[in-house]
Amino acid sequence: MSEDKINKMQEKINLIFSDCEVCEVVSQALAEDPEQILKMLLVSSLRGRGGAGFPTSLKWKFARQAPGDRKFVIVNADEGEPGTFKDREILEKVPYKVFAGMAICAHTIGAREGFIYLRGEYNYMRKTLEEQIQDFHNKIAGKLDFVIKIVSGAGAYVCGEETALIESMEGKRGEPRNKPPYPVTAGYLGCPTVVNNVETLVYVTMIMKMGPQHFASLGTQHSRGAKVFSISGDTPIPGIYELELGMSLAEFVELFGDGDTKAVQVGGAGGFCVPRKKFTETIIGFEGVPTGGSMMLFNSTRSMYNVLHNYLDFFCEESCGQCTPCRVGCQQLRKGIEEVKNHSLKPVHLDVLKKMTDTMRYASKCGLGQSVPNSFNSIIDNFREEIIF
Amino acid sequence: MSVLATVKTVIDTEGTARHNLLPVLTSLRSKLGSLSPEILKNVSQIMDIPMAHVYGTATFYSFLETKPMGKNVIRLCRTISCDMHGKRDVLNALEDVLAVKNGETTTDGLFTLTETNCLGHCHEGPVMLVNDEVFSSLKPENIPAIIDEIRKKR
Ligand SMILES: Cc1cc2nc3c(=O)[nH]c(=O)nc-3n(C[C@H](O)[C@H](O)[C@H](O)COP(=O)(O)O)c2cc1C
Ligand code: SF4
Repeated sequence: MSEDKINKMQEKINLIFSDCEVCEVVSQALAEDPEQILKMLLVSSLRGRGGAGFPTSLKWKFARQAPGDRKFVIVNADEGEPGTFKDREILEKVPYKVFAGMAICAHTIGAREGFIYLRGEYNYMRKTLEEQIQDFHNKIAGKLDFVIKIVSGAGAYVCGEETALIESMEGKRGEPRNKPPYPVTAGYLGCPTVVNNVETLVYVTMIMKMGPQHFASLGTQHSRGAKVFSISGDTPIPGIYELELGMSLAEFVELFGDGDTKAVQVGGAGGFCVPRKKFTETIIGFEGVPTGGSMMLFNSTRSMYNVLHNYLDFFCEESCGQCTPCRVGCQQLRKGIEEVKNHSLKPVHLDVLKKMTDTMRYASKCGLGQSVPNSFNSIIDNFREEIIF
Repeated sequence: MSVLATVKTVIDTEGTARHNLLPVLTSLRSKLGSLSPEILKNVSQIMDIPMAHVYGTATFYSFLETKPMGKNVIRLCRTISCDMHGKRDVLNALEDVLAVKNGETTTDGLFTLTETNCLGHCHEGPVMLVNDEVFSSLKPENIPAIIDEIRKKR
């Protein structure tokens, strides 16, 4: 039943994985004035699919306007958020649509060099991708002066943060930079740089192909378009699904749950945990719970203490350690819930920890430290008894 | 080839600019097994980058090990979605078959067993990487055959 419904919903959208004559789209885009492309993106209301949701037209406009002869387009394929696997699937299934998005960006901002920052875990894809890139180069030869290269990561989640990614590409530790300056003015090697998520660039390609109105007609006022979701956990049908934004969690669980869903973690370890009683009122999208695509379902057999502890293990290990609120904060949160669990500290200690997450949110340098409070507070607030007993 | 000669060849291929450091280290890690102090010192001298920076960069990334590693590195995903689908049993099976604990290397130097964060195959967990190769939908009972297969291949 629900599988039929899901198939219908996906068929209606079918943007990311559809067949597409990329050469035509690229030629068509190259014939457009860059200002016109920016306008199309503006009309489409496309926002970045990497998590932060920055308007793509604005990002490209800044990079276009930034002075400099040398500019870069970088695809962020570092995909490390627990529960996310859509970018891998996109790169495996429709790589040419990603390259096309890069070429369109290069034409728009005036770049001649592009990079795909591919996480070390996806090394096995590198050879195939390189062959496909070579083929793409041949296809656009004579039309656009643009070269794509792959840079491999080496196992560091924080390198998905765009300035850490740039540091890493420069041969350094992947420690996020202070912002401003933003990459659009001073990115890779100090040059204006657009960093975009894999999925974002495929949507650019499809917006070029189908026109911006089609994309803008999907979703809701604040979350236009569709999104690729990575669905895992307690679900009979885990996998990749392209769905419209703006769905309520109740609808989502109806389709993907196993009948006993007690919570959904939206947005991975740095996202929000939504309990059953809030499914109906919670919208998946920028106006509700935003997500880079990770949706993890938990049924009533799961201990939310274990879930939270697993996330904190992840953050303790992946914090780059550069700033104190995040480095020490993550350790203290983990130690704190362990001590409450084994009753060496009173349950009210959880409130002390929650207060500390305020400091983490305000004083951490990058999105990693700033987003630890999301999962921590939403799990503590909704499943306090599971943490204590 | 001596360590120095390998380092030289790799730097010749990748380039001497600072931004080539990560590809250089990644390539040396895969060719020489791990990044010993000797390797890092050579890189520092040839690329003219302070040793502290070379060491700092190498130790930042979990795939650039500076300690001796087994020929095959098994990285089992420890993220909650794999954990929920039986990762612990798979870990036990791996520990049994290899006769090592998580984090250790077998005495014959063929395998190092370790855990890693999300591998991006959450819909088919538990998942592990053996070097660059992905093994998904793991079951404890399939582990002996998988390990045997790798033993034969390398
Ligand atoms: C800790 C951390 C990890 C991130 N990981 C990724 C990632 O793996 N992929 C990604 O596209 N964006 C990631 N981001 C977001 C990027 O910093 C950046 O906003 C994004 O790549 C911009 O692309 P978009 O505008 O197309 O979304 C991460 C951010 C943080 C703070
Ligand atoms: S918030 Fe955490 S990951 Fe980000 S810069 Fe600070 S220590 Fe590093």
